[in-house]
Amino acid sequence: MSKDLSINVHHVTRVEGHGNIVVDVKKGEIKQIQWQVPEAPRFFEAMLRGRHYDELRPITSRICGICSIGHSLASLKATEDALDIKISTQSQILRRLAINGENMQSHILHVGYLAVPDLLGVGSVFPLVGSKHQDALLKIVKLHRISNEMSDLICGRTTHPIRLIVGGFSMVPNKKQLMDLRKKLQDSIKPTKEVAEVILSVADKIPDFTRETEYIGLSSNEEYALYDGYINSTDTGAFKDYKNYTKMMQEYIVPQSTAKYAKHARKSYMVGALARYNLNSKQLHPLAQEVAKMFEFKPICFNPFMNNIAQLVEFVHNIEDSIIQVDKLLKKEIKDEKPIKPKKDSGQGVGVVEVPRGILVHDYTIKNNKCTKANCIIPTNQNHANIQHDMEEFVPQILDKSEKEIELNLEMLVRAYDPCISCSTHYLKVKFV
Amino acid sequence: MSKPRVAFFDFASCEGCQLQIADLEEEVLDLISIVDVVSFREVMKEHSDDYDIAIIEGSINRPMDEERIKQIREKAKILVALGACAAIGGVNKIRNQWDAENVKKDVYGDAKINDNKYFDVYPTKAVDEVVKVDYYVYGCPINRDEFKKVVTSLVMGKKPEIPTYPVCVECKKNENVCLFELGKFCLGPITRAGCNAICPTNGSPCDGCRGILRKPEIECIQDVLDRYNLTYEEMKNRCIMYNYSKEECKNE
Repeated sequence: MSKDLSINVHHVTRVEGHGNIVVDVKKGEIKQIQWQVPEAPRFFEAMLRGRHYDELRPITSRICGICSIGHSLASLKATEDALDIKISTQSQILRRLAINGENMQSHILHVGYLAVPDLLGVGSVFPLVGSKHQDALLKIVKLHRISNEMSDLICGRTTHPIRLIVGGFSMVPNKKQLMDLRKKLQDSIKPTKEVAEVILSVADKIPDFTRETEYIGLSSNEEYALYDGYINSTDTGAFKDYKNYTKMMQEYIVPQSTAKYAKHARKSYMVGALARYNLNSKQLHPLAQEVAKMFEFKPICFNPFMNNIAQLVEFVHNIEDSIIQVDKLLKKEIKDEKPIKPKKDSGQGVGVVEVPRGILVHDYTIKNNKCTKANCIIPTNQNHANIQHDMEEFVPQILDKSEKEIELNLEMLVRAYDPCISCSTHYLKVKFV
Repeated sequence: MSKPRVAFFDFASCEGCQLQIADLEEEVLDLISIVDVVSFREVMKEHSDDYDIAIIEGSINRPMDEERIKQIREKAKILVALGACAAIGGVNKIRNQWDAENVKKDVYGDAKINDNKYFDVYPTKAVDEVVKVDYYVYGCPINRDEFKKVVTSLVMGKKPEIPTYPVCVECKKNENVCLFELGKFCLGPITRAGCNAICPTNGSPCDGCRGILRKPEIECIQDVLDRYNLTYEEMKNRCIMYNYSKEECKNE
């Protein structure tokens, strides 16, 4: 191969936020491959200084429009850890529903609206209207709506939730609403399976690329961990000292990015649905296991493109799990509870949750009810270095393809990670010089 | 008449307001029946620089962003500020309490970032502090129904109607118990309505995300503060979340 490549993808599309890919190939020799994140930085950790502990949740929710429920929950867990607040069993169940709802809406949005167009060879979902895939598209739209309705019901609103407050909930759904939700969840199982069939029919378009890496996520002895658990790694195993999370997530700064990068046992690691699947797949509910089997998807899987399939599998799991959680609430009669009050006015606390794109940490120091110091470790930041190393290994393997195909393959790689660059700061661009 | 060409652009924001548009679900189809969406990076690959209406999410943080928004303004016949960050600066303005060096050091420590243009930030600005804004869609996030109303008005060549009364009006209509009665501090009395009082209706106080009314009823507010034994200082402190350094909202 002795070709020159000049591809310039400025702001990769169908991702959340801005990022660029720069690849420079001269006479078949790779001069530069770079994943750049020039998103405008927003300085959330600095913003929290001096704010009352009640305001930390609503402010940090605004880090990201897509994962605002996840940020809210990490924030609440950190605040409650700092101020020694133990929430009720009912609140714990409702928060599991909240996280399921967010995972569902984010995953179906990503798989259905953002990733599938690549497999079907179109630029967005819009051309699917009136095509032979219209039926599948309408099912995806329906599943997305149900996911949002569930989040609206539990959290008051899907984007920037309202009912999630320190110590519990400002309002809870009633019995009738929960019964309606249960029916909707039950009814969404069939269309989900049908959407999975459509994706399976084009799954041969998923690039066959693997690179060994480390996967980090939460694990739990009780369940497929999302809301609660201990930090776990496919390389080094369980890490139960959650307050020392920086030992597992070592952030650093690179010149091409306003987002921080991270590493642990190797030069990079991956977080998100694929990481969780690789760590905890045995705890998935039965239907989710069945869908994984359809795709012959087995842990440990080192193909980052399979993150899309892991999201689909988790979507099914979240439906099954939500039905279980709703049944728990219905069995005990849901009641209005006053939020639990703090036992102290100062302390340091860490909240760790799994959000759609991976493990998320909020860490607050609170003095006299006001935040004095904050640190947030964002999933997408933990993936940037892994995206970079994937690209370095992937480009030489696809160098004989046309420029357009290479560009598409690299965009698909970035999209597979479902990066949320607003979260990590925000920006993306592919540039083959 | 051909359909107006609409392009979406984002600056410093969480992109949650554009997400509200994706979340219109089936109604997106109605929307694209009256406008041509020619650029929407969050959901489509295609992009065109030929547009009539530019819809902007996010606030302006850096000289490079300022240059980009000015270019967009030149091309667009109508420019719409979408959501709190674009319309009033929103939560991004909280950091304007400190200068840029201070916040950089807090977040990035001693890392050498100063010769990197991506970090060349100044105190964040609402879009209308940089270029002329024709219409505003307020809220954090925006209200989907209000967005549909604004787009429909624009297509029909009418000025969209945005409420000039406080959130309390909508809250009363929803028959909520006043949150001050429950011991909470709510910015409803001074905040522009149009959200259907969604936060108080879900049991949480208003944070003022739609901006402070141009002419808040000062006497009425003083009455509320007196009745519940609260101070003006406390209220101003609560306003930092969305309305730091903003005395009044524009374009009413």
